[in-house]
Amino acid sequence: MNKEATHTVPHILPMKLYLGVGAALIVLTAITVTVSFFNFGPYNLVVAMLVAATKASLVALFFMHLKYDNKIYLVIFLTSVVFLAVFIVLTMFDTLRRDDIDELKAEPIRREAIIYDSVQAPKHDTADSTFKVPDTTE
Amino acid sequence: MNKLPDKSYLNDPKGLKSWLLTRDHKRIGLMYLYAIMTAFLLGGIFAMIIRLELLSPGKDLIDADTYNQFFTLHGAIMIFLFIIPSIPAAFGNFVLPLMIGAKDVAFPRLNLASWYIYILGSLFALYSIITGAVDTGWTFYTPYSTETTTSVISMTLGVFILGFSSIFTGLNFIVTIHKLRAPGMTWFKMPLFVWALYATAIIQVLATPVLGITLILLIIERVVGIGIFDPAMGGDPVLYQHFFWFYSHPAVYIMILPGMGIISELISVFSHKKIFGYKAIAFSSLGIAFVSFLVWGHHMFVSGQSELAAMIFSFLTFFVGIPSGIKVFNWVTTMYRGSISLEAPMLYALSFLFLFTIGGLTGIFLGALSVDVHLHDTYFIVAHFHYVMMGGTVMAFLGGLHYWWPKFWGRMYSEFWARISVALIFVGFNVTFFSQFILGSQGMPRRYYNYLDQYQPLHGFSTFGSWILGLGFVVMAVYLIHAIFRGKVAGANPWGALTFEWTTPSPPPHENFDKIPTMEHGPYDYDKIVPRSTLAESD
Amino acid sequence: MDQTVGHPEFLQHHFSDVEQQRESAKLGMWIFLLTEVLLFGGLFCAYSIYRSWNPEIFHNAHRFLDVYLGTLNTVVLIVSSVTMALAIRSMQLDRKKQTLIFLIVTLALAAAFLVVKYFEYSHKFHLGQLPGKFYTFTGIEGTNPHIFFSVYFLMTGLHGIHVIGGMAVITWLIFKTRGRTFSSQYYTPIEMTGLYWHLVDLIWIFLFPLFYLVG
Repeated sequence: MNKEATHTVPHILPMKLYLGVGAALIVLTAITVTVSFFNFGPYNLVVAMLVAATKASLVALFFMHLKYDNKIYLVIFLTSVVFLAVFIVLTMFDTLRRDDIDELKAEPIRREAIIYDSVQAPKHDTADSTFKVPDTTE
Repeated sequence: MNKLPDKSYLNDPKGLKSWLLTRDHKRIGLMYLYAIMTAFLLGGIFAMIIRLELLSPGKDLIDADTYNQFFTLHGAIMIFLFIIPSIPAAFGNFVLPLMIGAKDVAFPRLNLASWYIYILGSLFALYSIITGAVDTGWTFYTPYSTETTTSVISMTLGVFILGFSSIFTGLNFIVTIHKLRAPGMTWFKMPLFVWALYATAIIQVLATPVLGITLILLIIERVVGIGIFDPAMGGDPVLYQHFFWFYSHPAVYIMILPGMGIISELISVFSHKKIFGYKAIAFSSLGIAFVSFLVWGHHMFVSGQSELAAMIFSFLTFFVGIPSGIKVFNWVTTMYRGSISLEAPMLYALSFLFLFTIGGLTGIFLGALSVDVHLHDTYFIVAHFHYVMMGGTVMAFLGGLHYWWPKFWGRMYSEFWARISVALIFVGFNVTFFSQFILGSQGMPRRYYNYLDQYQPLHGFSTFGSWILGLGFVVMAVYLIHAIFRGKVAGANPWGALTFEWTTPSPPPHENFDKIPTMEHGPYDYDKIVPRSTLAESD
Repeated sequence: MDQTVGHPEFLQHHFSDVEQQRESAKLGMWIFLLTEVLLFGGLFCAYSIYRSWNPEIFHNAHRFLDVYLGTLNTVVLIVSSVTMALAIRSMQLDRKKQTLIFLIVTLALAAAFLVVKYFEYSHKFHLGQLPGKFYTFTGIEGTNPHIFFSVYFLMTGLHGIHVIGGMAVITWLIFKTRGRTFSSQYYTPIEMTGLYWHLVDLIWIFLFPLFYLVG
């Protein structure tokens, strides 16, 4: 039957490699936690995500054998990531730009949830946040 | 001259238990066919009642609440229970392994599981009918779906479960196509139906999980009130629409792509000519699959999404026209100077070409932002998607049903009655839905129970068409069932086709092939080989 | 049916050889993992949208998550990933007893992860930092902090369900390994579970910074 350039011999990786990757993951975790105690403003997210992506790559490449296996698995994995990115990015083209023309369009229909109408409202002032229906008559 | 084989997948092994526990892809395909035909019948009955109610303004038959529930049930049943599983699960299961010369799909147990999951999901969906139905429309838009008193939960849970069935089928097909092709069958020697199923399967596994999480969020929102979609809880209802259409727009191509695959087969077989532009058709399937993920926002032009997003989505939507156009042109070119025989499957293929082109082109109108603002949520939309879904997918489905019917049963249906039925369906369809294009452009909103008197003539015309359409289906049901028992024996290859499924007896034996076939010629090499039809003569 | 000659017991009839069956299972598993990524993807999308809309709420609310417990759980999962990978390696080398030990350690670590999660959850339940309309906590400044906890509970909850599912499968593997079902010739179920388990780890690798570190 048909085969697509498959490896017939399963890869048995040395014990050292697994332990090494595991150690690297723990070191990276330590780094990202330490860094999170300092404030880099908007770069907090960037740094955290870069470290997370590095860790994820290590897991995928070594533990999940993507580095050694048939490349089709890598393609499948990257496909899932790409389409997830498409999903988030295209949705954000909407959610972040609703006020391009009409500022009111970016306002939520109700600024604050109904649960805060009851007694246990949060400390801050809620006077301006009851039912605010945007005026659509222009 | 012909005789049915003594032993086939139908009677070997015997007994109800052997069917319920079967792992044979052919039996599972047939069981899917029964199930989806039941769903089609049910959805069709709802459709007939809706059309009857709309015959004249005001109440004719059912009250407004019931009407809302019926159009929701019509949509939900037709989409989730019928069209999405129709071609992949019924024909795909039956034909795919035969077409690529395999003994079965890669994961037969998973395949059987997918059927049971389908049945379970359907039961949940049907349960909602008993417990007060759903009146949200098949899209379950929030915030209405989180507030209405109808049984949204069992319906959405049903759809969620059906999603697993769809994923399992898709997963199975991808692995089967990658790993189980017969010796010599390279990627570019696969029949185009297999390419279409491959593209479909990719969409199924990529998009369906998002529907799953969407419906789970919807259910949790309804039960607990988490504030993701519900504006009263600080959520954003438009976000629900993004989530929903990220699945449901690609799902439209889950519905149409396998249909296009069937058309590629039919056009070539019944033109007795090599398919024109094989690679173009194959790649356009993948192209459609890819583009389908980039255009969901065109369902939301008037929802309040940002103008920037609307522009991007509108722009991207036009790209769908390119691979679809490539397909249509290649089919037409295949027919050019072919020796065309107008048997029932081909008549369905031609109906498809005509109706899908109308449906596709009106889709381009609707993709244009400014036009959509006028036509959004009118009968123009209703007509458009019925032209694509019914004029496209269902016509292809019926074409495939007639084309493979002799392979399913080993017996032939009556060609005479088949032609009458296709004529009734074609005419009935156009009468029903073309009038809705006009209704929509005049401003008749969709989903309305009541309407102004000025729309009555066209509504009446449309309802009249639905009767012709219904009659066509009744005729079909009669002669197809008759064919199972009394039809003329068809032989292995009644159409003189070249793909693998016609090299094995009809109905095929349990193991599909006595010997795993090898690729001696391409699936469409009618210029090199003149296959013999096994049918003695046609009437 | 000439292929049945020398047919190993675990080879299903419609595959022509062991390699084909193994590769098919692996391909199927990877496609399943792809569906998992997109299932979580919906929640990652919801997270991104609400974080981009209310950055200050997410910042204020995330301080109420315990970084140390989160870090502990991250380390637990990473170590369990290592032991899972080593379990597969041992089976490739036909060291069945070692496999068994590694699988049991993996299972124990997974249980430890859930125990830590339980303490975190119960602390939040106690404070009223609950999702959606059950939210009663009053210590967070800003509009709609309950959405942060909705997303937090949804994502960690779905992840937790996957951990429980993984534990069920690993338990099954332990019994099968004891029953000598697997060998260096046939260990596909362990390998597939390994892939799944690494994906669960991989998702946590993103959940951890998104909730505990940057909020």
